[in-house]
Amino acid sequence: MRRFTLIAVPYFWLLVLFLVPFIIVFKISLSDTALAIPPYTPTLDLSSGWEGIRGFFAALDWENFTFLTTDDLYWKAYLSSLQIAAISTLLTLLVGYPVAYGMAQSPDEWRPTLMMLVILPFWTSFLIRVYSWMGILSNEGFLNQFLLWTGLISEPLQILNTNKAVYIGIIYTYLPFMILPIYSALEKLDASLLEAAEDLGCSRITAFWLVTIPLSKQGIIAGCFLVFIPALGEFVIPSLLGGSKTLMIGKVLWEEFFSNRDWPVASAVAVILLLILIIPIVLFQRNEQKQREAEGQ
Amino acid sequence: MRRFTWFNATSLTLGFVFLYLPMVILVIYSFNASKLVTVWAGFSTKWYGTLFQNEAFLDAAWVTVKVAVVSSTFAAVLGTMAAYVLVRGGRFMGRTLFSGMIYAPLVMPEVITGLSLLLLFIGIGFDRGMMTIILAHTTFSMCYVSVVVSSRLVSFDRSLEEAALDLGCSAFEAFRLVTLPIIAPAVISGWLLAFTLSLDDLVIASFTSGPSATTLPIKIYSAVRLGVSPEINALSTIMISIVTVGVISASLISKRAAVKQKRDEMAAERTAD
Repeated sequence: MRRFTLIAVPYFWLLVLFLVPFIIVFKISLSDTALAIPPYTPTLDLSSGWEGIRGFFAALDWENFTFLTTDDLYWKAYLSSLQIAAISTLLTLLVGYPVAYGMAQSPDEWRPTLMMLVILPFWTSFLIRVYSWMGILSNEGFLNQFLLWTGLISEPLQILNTNKAVYIGIIYTYLPFMILPIYSALEKLDASLLEAAEDLGCSRITAFWLVTIPLSKQGIIAGCFLVFIPALGEFVIPSLLGGSKTLMIGKVLWEEFFSNRDWPVASAVAVILLLILIIPIVLFQRNEQKQREAEGQ
Repeated sequence: MRRFTWFNATSLTLGFVFLYLPMVILVIYSFNASKLVTVWAGFSTKWYGTLFQNEAFLDAAWVTVKVAVVSSTFAAVLGTMAAYVLVRGGRFMGRTLFSGMIYAPLVMPEVITGLSLLLLFIGIGFDRGMMTIILAHTTFSMCYVSVVVSSRLVSFDRSLEEAALDLGCSAFEAFRLVTLPIIAPAVISGWLLAFTLSLDDLVIASFTSGPSATTLPIKIYSAVRLGVSPEINALSTIMISIVTVGVISASLISKRAAVKQKRDEMAAERTAD
């Protein structure tokens, strides 16, 4: 009896507040838009029994999904989200790898402090970390003032409200997610392998490419997915740092829902975003499983 | 003995400057006398004064703290239960679905979680307000708690529980007297994680809150959308200081506890010899 309660309480909670809401999103994505509150025509009417259920299946249509393919705003937004997420993941890797490498190479007594310095920003409010870049990147902001003062540029650079600011925001906020898995892969690396490579005539740089990088591959893959997956559905960063031309699907969904009040289309956007996300999520889980198996041996 | 090479020292310095400089600039400019946030006009604490007179911010802060305390406590309880079921529960019907529902919210975009919960609350005619934010936050943060707690449960020695059962404890007593004290640090860090996730959340709270309840992130977002404001810099500085003090003291406490545990274990070994 106790075991039953133990299982049933969290199970029931997640069913009602996680699974059922998804089914509702899916259902509304197949409904028609209406000028009412709530702004959609429910297609399932249980009160009329079998008739209603049959009516439900008859009324189901892919109209909203067809609409998404005909209006190029949506597929452009999906493509541009994929592109922004991919580019910023790559840039985060380029910034994060040297830091993780430096941490793994540092003296033992330094490591806990460095580790805490990487984790500390993660506990700080995400919104504030994104906001802190607004004052730096704006036309009369800190960065432009500095560059003008050094004489490198003669006119302020337009960075805020462009995709460049979105890249910087994503790199900045997701950097700890890239550093930590790479660091934990590099930390386990056996230094004698590098010595062996050097003894066998590799230069340091060749040894790095042929030994260090392949052995930290799992960490690199994990870090890339941990940045790519959340970056794809990001809302706060494109909304605060990006401009009106920055198309990201999280922002489109938000605007579709709050500004246009088109719930069925917003739901269809969400369903497609989920379908796109399934691929990287499955790949990520497979990578994690491989790593667990490798450690188990 | 390893030492910093020139390359590693440079990459670490640049990396940490990148991570910390924006926040340092934010903190410095919160003490700027000028309303123009980019021009330095002397030291002043006036923005802290106006911040504490701004009742809308104070109300929102109070709502945020209440939501975070309640939701993280629910999440700690439900998440620990879920972790226990996943690690110790054995086989039961729908186990795969259950573990899927635990891991899915971790990778779900916030806009989708928020949208789906809002549609549920509207569908069942639940008035949106503080209660709905609490329900939403509990749901996603219980999953984080359960991941933290289950990693602790996996690594712990089952024979301790079995010994308690052999010595006549009921299953519940064994949990209360043996398992819970051992996993307590994980439950506490899970609670802290849930608490900060709830304090930070903008997207899910925006979808699930009603006109009667505004949280601090919603307030901050609507203020900064139009540009940088010195009051928000002051507010950010306060939040950054709280987090820094909290994280550093928590890590010192856990470090001291680890040292003490090691000393106790060594003392126990000596007695055993």
